[in-house]
Amino acid sequence: MLEKGENKEYLPIEGLAAFNKATAELLLGADNPVIKEGRIATVQGLSGTGSLRLAAAFIQRYLPGVKVLISSPTWGNHKNILNDAGVPWSEYRYFDPKTVGLDFDGMLADMKDAPNGSIILLHGCAHNPTGIDPTTEQWDIIADVIQEKEHIAFFDVAYQGFASGSLDEDANSVRRFAARGMELFVAQSYSKNLGLYAERIGATNVITTSPELALRIKSQLKRLARPMYSNPPVHGARIVANVVGDPALFDEWRAEMQLMAGRIKQVRQKLYDELVAKDKSGKDWSFILKQIGMFSFTGLSQSQSENMTNKWHVYMTKDGRISLAGLSSAKCGYLADAIIDSYYNVQ
Amino acid sequence: MWLQEGKPYVLKVVREAEQRLIRDGSRNKEYLSITGIPAFNKLSAKLILGEDSPAIHEKRVCTAQCLSGTGSLRVGAEFLAKHYPQKVIYIPTPTWGNHPKVFTLGGLQVKSYRYYDPKTRGLDYEGLLDDLRAAPSDAVVLLHACAHNPTGVDPTREQWEGIRQIIRSKNMLPFFDSAYQGFASGSLDEDAHAVRLFAADGGECLIAQSYAKNMGLYGERVGALSIVCASESVATRVDSQLKLVIRPMYSNPPIHGAAIVATVLGDRGLYQEWTVELKAMADRIIRMRHLLYEALRARGTPGNWEHIIKQIGMFTFTGLTKEQVNFMTKEYHVYMTSDGRISMAGLSSRTVPHLANAIHAAVTKRV
Repeated sequence: MLEKGENKEYLPIEGLAAFNKATAELLLGADNPVIKEGRIATVQGLSGTGSLRLAAAFIQRYLPGVKVLISSPTWGNHKNILNDAGVPWSEYRYFDPKTVGLDFDGMLADMKDAPNGSIILLHGCAHNPTGIDPTTEQWDIIADVIQEKEHIAFFDVAYQGFASGSLDEDANSVRRFAARGMELFVAQSYSKNLGLYAERIGATNVITTSPELALRIKSQLKRLARPMYSNPPVHGARIVANVVGDPALFDEWRAEMQLMAGRIKQVRQKLYDELVAKDKSGKDWSFILKQIGMFSFTGLSQSQSENMTNKWHVYMTKDGRISLAGLSSAKCGYLADAIIDSYYNVQ
Repeated sequence: MWLQEGKPYVLKVVREAEQRLIRDGSRNKEYLSITGIPAFNKLSAKLILGEDSPAIHEKRVCTAQCLSGTGSLRVGAEFLAKHYPQKVIYIPTPTWGNHPKVFTLGGLQVKSYRYYDPKTRGLDYEGLLDDLRAAPSDAVVLLHACAHNPTGVDPTREQWEGIRQIIRSKNMLPFFDSAYQGFASGSLDEDAHAVRLFAADGGECLIAQSYAKNMGLYGERVGALSIVCASESVATRVDSQLKLVIRPMYSNPPIHGAAIVATVLGDRGLYQEWTVELKAMADRIIRMRHLLYEALRARGTPGNWEHIIKQIGMFTFTGLTKEQVNFMTKEYHVYMTSDGRISMAGLSSRTVPHLANAIHAAVTKRV
């Protein structure tokens, strides 16, 4: 990019066209009918947060009073974003501490309980903070309920490619919903999967029922973006467009993502093996293998988590979430000792 | 930013800074903190407030890297809407087109004060003072630090002092939009005069800085919001509240442009080079102003055109009517806004004669 000596003129409010095209195609697949029919409005946004905030501002203005349901638990900033955007929210059950897995019945019940036409915030893959994703069958049932209740699904896609190692596999949930002709909000981030954290690159996508609607929605998104930051930063967008647009770079990226995802899967396996070897009680630690992505919800309580830090110098959040991205294979044994001690010896 | 040839221009110091950044193998793309690059923030505060600013020495200034001028204004607005008791801001008539929405969506009520006098094509100073006198105490007042957009009309030093006195006597809160420091007069210190006048009196103020024009970093979205507070402890608390506004908006700011600015401002050689390039850009615009003024005088175009050389910055409010503007667009393909504003930055010595012909025709054809 430096050699090309490109200029630094303002991008249009909606961002770099080449980036917007690339990001929609990454999300849905280049030959997806939604794209071919022009039924998607894509606006470059300030990574995941900025893209979520822009969508929330749109919801506040055009779907006033409509509530967004967020998972319990969810990324800590979701509620702040909705609060500052002036959008009401409530929670749907998600994490089941008994199974250290998905409370699927609770989730469906809460979605059915909500007033028709609510918005359901879903994590596209690698749920943050739990690492617990619905199975494909469960996604289909979730989509059924959303359609019955005339809800709108709102996907937060922060880990496409980084979770399973495959861009297509990680987009499965979004694509299945889109294939049903559902209207969707999708916020994308390139912070983790392209390691572009500080460049703040992402996108707000709205998938709708006609190209005319998509155009009008895009225009309204621009009217909300302009008084927030006028137009988005060019640097990160050019990087993404260049990587995706160059077959050699794109292949290199795919390989790097598989490496990153592979390393995490390896470390999960190592941690699981250590736990099973050291814990003779027969407790089922398989949730470590079932969960996906950077984070794992260990099921440890707040005081147990504090013991991890105070006694073992393991840094994690008080909700029991550990980061696997920060874990090396060499440390798995130590971590297993810490978890076992905290789980059994601390109330 | 356009060269004589009409091509978009990237400053030499910016290219040099980018090369240095790329060669620095220790850098990565980890998230910045919520308020951005600390060195960038310190250098930005110093740039606008001056090396010897008592506010800086007393640690009363809190600075957050934001998305250019717009982002700085919006974060400031949301902060005020959350924490400042008098949630109304007075903006000049006219002002930059995006100001009203930035403040409204930020949660403030927007009111206006008189500014431009079409009769003199200058400042309606008495109207301005009257409107501020009539406004409620404690209200926020938006001030263009220099090179008022869109009129190019700035208060004189005496007038700034008069404005300062009214604002401070009514305990109003000044909010500066500084988008052209160095780019207006060619001098960074000269263009910061108004801001420094207010900052030096011990009172509080907000300052939104943009590096879009003066460093040509438009699309990189680099700017800073500085809040000059009454004390160091207030500044610390304000800093923590700013983070609570920023995190739900975009979490943390983009690194690239701010790293370039920090590199330029932090290096004596690059900084010097920058001031030279800046002066050249400002001088070029001033030269265009004089060229246009002379061209109109040479044609004997009726009317007083002195405002072209009295106004400052990228834009000139010509005083042409909507009909005259339409005529110029249709017959001469001159593109300008219907309020009669032209961009001086877009002119070159080659295109000035054509513009002068268009203005002459519009004025004499009696449209």
